[in-house]
Amino acid sequence: MSWPDIATIAKNVLAGKTTAIESVEQALKSIDEQKEFSAIITTTTERARQRAKSIDEAVARGENPGRLAGVPFIAKDNFLTFGSETTAASNILKGFNAPYQSTAIEKLEAEGAICVAKANLDAFAHGASTENSDYMTTKNPHDSTRVPGGSSGGSAVSVVLGLAPFAVGTDTGGSIRQPASFTGAVGFKPTYGLVSRSGVIAMASSTDTIGPLTTNVEDAALVLDVMSGQDPLDSTTIKRDETSYTILETPVKGAKLGVVKEYMEGLDPKIKALIIKQVENLKRAGAEVSEISLPSLPLALACYYIICPAEVSSNLSRYDGQHFGRHTPDAKDLETSYSQTRNQGFGSEAKRRIMIGTYVLSSGYYDAYYKKAQQLRTKLINEFTEAFNKYDFLVGPTAPTTAFKIGENAAEPLKMYLQDIMTVAANLVGIPAISIPAGKIDGLPVGLQIMAAQRHDRQLLAFAKKTEELSNE
Amino acid sequence: MSKLTRQDILKLAKLSRLQLTDAEVKQLEIEIGSILKYVEQLQSVNLDGIEPTYQVTGLKDVTRADKVIDYQANPTDLLKNAPVTEKSHFKVKRMVN
Repeated sequence: MSWPDIATIAKNVLAGKTTAIESVEQALKSIDEQKEFSAIITTTTERARQRAKSIDEAVARGENPGRLAGVPFIAKDNFLTFGSETTAASNILKGFNAPYQSTAIEKLEAEGAICVAKANLDAFAHGASTENSDYMTTKNPHDSTRVPGGSSGGSAVSVVLGLAPFAVGTDTGGSIRQPASFTGAVGFKPTYGLVSRSGVIAMASSTDTIGPLTTNVEDAALVLDVMSGQDPLDSTTIKRDETSYTILETPVKGAKLGVVKEYMEGLDPKIKALIIKQVENLKRAGAEVSEISLPSLPLALACYYIICPAEVSSNLSRYDGQHFGRHTPDAKDLETSYSQTRNQGFGSEAKRRIMIGTYVLSSGYYDAYYKKAQQLRTKLINEFTEAFNKYDFLVGPTAPTTAFKIGENAAEPLKMYLQDIMTVAANLVGIPAISIPAGKIDGLPVGLQIMAAQRHDRQLLAFAKKTEELSNE
Repeated sequence: MSKLTRQDILKLAKLSRLQLTDAEVKQLEIEIGSILKYVEQLQSVNLDGIEPTYQVTGLKDVTRADKVIDYQANPTDLLKNAPVTEKSHFKVKRMVN
């Protein structure tokens, strides 16, 4: 089932050509009909219908419910939302009903969007396949024996299957972009701090970002425009661009494009050919293309897998079974209650990350691991800053492979981590990055990744839109 | 540095408040070892004199006015997810003997 672009849906609702309730029912029907892909954990049916009714009534009264009037969407289940449980796909949060909503969801609702369901993910967003979900593994729509990528796999599959016109996800090390690449969606990771993290279950706070998954760049820009901006509830948020993120004008002619050497070397030749084809399109349209080397890039993944578990171990310490979530009533004392609750409630990947994080932060190892990783982060930032002095955009593949088989990497955590090798740098450096479809190999999608300097989200979206247009010609 | 012993794993588990099973301890010994071996690539890089980065967008000491903000949340709602409560409090097992 396919949807018109988001702006058109809202326009049609306002003009009375369609209603919010029709769109909500269409989304709920699609979700029900395509259950075999296991993209959805829960629907928020009752609340969605109520919201649709009130939006339709507002339109009937001649009011304007907003730029996303009556547009259904699906939220990754690590966004706190009303209308259903919020679990982060973990057993430890099973049955948790959020007492407040995340700022991103509030902003979408304030413009008339309607959350219809919560999407599957790797529990607590730890993973690159959704296989780490404590509930189910989401299947790739292009081949159901393969993973959709992760951790926002359920969100990516939702938009590709047309369960809703857009979905929102989180990207801490590639969790929006890599599933977008594996499923043929558009996935956008904004500049760090552009979208408030308030009410989104924390993973690695210094790299956590929130962004849209859509079927086209224009929709991603509109959703970003609604969600972005400073929030008193998240002190790391930054001022948004005063210009709307939906003004997507940028000349390709004369744009300076750097092809990242470290991402292209040793790359699967079939993926490489598709990336080069996209670059050639841009070159023909007048972009000035050359190769760029960022020497510290090969170390970015090692850096990330120190910083990320360190922050994860800290953020997951709040799950102690006393205030909310899973509880162990029969434990003999408080200490045992903590340890039993946590061991029963966390899956194996969360435990691994907690243990590694605890190790790299422990006295005696802090300087050798954590501090060193933060120093390398500075080096990476310097190399990217220098690159953006010369180039407007950097390009390469989003992921080193196409979608892999379910179970293929599950037994070896390190192999799963290597999926993030091309995406983590943008998180460590805080820059915006997007994955857009670049073609298919044996029926499986490949994503092109484009990166820009911090706070150049609008320029990046505009350039991605041009790339998308050239690719469709 | 990366070779973690069973004792190391047990100590980390205790610090992490995880009551691991025997099988998990064995598994984690292998997995954490291989992950640490990978991240130890950083040890060979000379990063002397480079300042660590903890915040990427240059924000510093973000403050707000010390005022009460009404979020319209009431204690009953906030306690709804708690496993054990008494009156308007969380109830936990005894901490100090």
